Amino acid sequence: MYKIGVIGDKDSVLGFKAVGLSVFPVTRSQEAEEILHKLAEEQYAVIYITEQIAKDIISSIDSYKDKRFPAIIPIPGNQGSLGIGMECIKKSVERAVGADILFKE
Amino acid sequence: MAIMRVNPTRMELTRLKKRLQVARRGHKLLKDKRDELMKKFLELVRRNKELRERVENMLMKVHSNFLIARAVMSSEVLEESLMFPKQSVSLEVSTKNVMSVNIPVFNFKTASMDESNIFPYGFASTSAELDGAIRTLSDVLPYMLELAEMEKSAQLMAEEIEKTRRRVNALEYVLIPQLDETIRYITMKLDENERGNLTRLMKVKDMMLEQAHQYKARQKAAD
Repeated sequence: MYKIGVIGDKDSVLGFKAVGLSVFPVTRSQEAEEILHKLAEEQYAVIYITEQIAKDIISSIDSYKDKRFPAIIPIPGNQGSLGIGMECIKKSVERAVGADILFKE
Repeated sequence: MAIMRVNPTRMELTRLKKRLQVARRGHKLLKDKRDELMKKFLELVRRNKELRERVENMLMKVHSNFLIARAVMSSEVLEESLMFPKQSVSLEVSTKNVMSVNIPVFNFKTASMDESNIFPYGFASTSAELDGAIRTLSDVLPYMLELAEMEKSAQLMAEEIEKTRRRVNALEYVLIPQLDETIRYITMKLDENERGNLTRLMKVKDMMLEQAHQYKARQKAAD
């Protein structure tokens, strides 16, 4: 049985508690990094992380990219979207195709 | 293109020819795999993009509702009301094999099935915005899981495509030309040896004939 975790600042992630996800409020990026590594070792298959936190620990997130678990998904926090999630999709397209063919306008 | 360091023998030639054949077949298969993966990947990534846009919009709605709820209620009350969640989500993960890439499939189960029974607090001391936020959140949850599944699949497939593309290119631009070149080198060397041998034989024959003639001429002179 796998679990779902949410990492982010308190205001953004509190609501996820009500729908049954495990919530880990953090304030500093270092804290977030520690929790991320801890959750990755435990039975967390999906970890949502707010973009405000994700932008500082992008390298740690990328290190889990090629592993099957966990899936680390950036979501917008309560300060709006920073476009990191889209950036991730763009990056994987660039990696596969060699050029950005999806987002060029 | 550099040739391999091999002995130019007939046996080596057969061996290389076999290797070339295998390389050609592998190249063709890998190329097919790459094309098919690419097709699947592009389809997936397009759907992924749409889904992400939708999830982000919905989450922004949740956040704005939540913000109002925070403003209306004191943060202690808000925290207290969310302290013990009623709902819990358990996740089951199976894998699907798409062109030898194992992509995850998430199936989630919620503890309480009743849609209206998800609020972990009494309605008296909380604001209506909180209800709205949590309702939208529980609506968006399936989409979020789908998003997680898709993004992970996209990442894994991107990795596999990159690997396959490298292999195809290595075969196409390095190994196969090298084998071709080496085979050509060995054939030419063998031909050259053959010609050399032939010339030598002709020369030997000439010499032998010469000797025979002279012997006859000498005998004639003696008579």
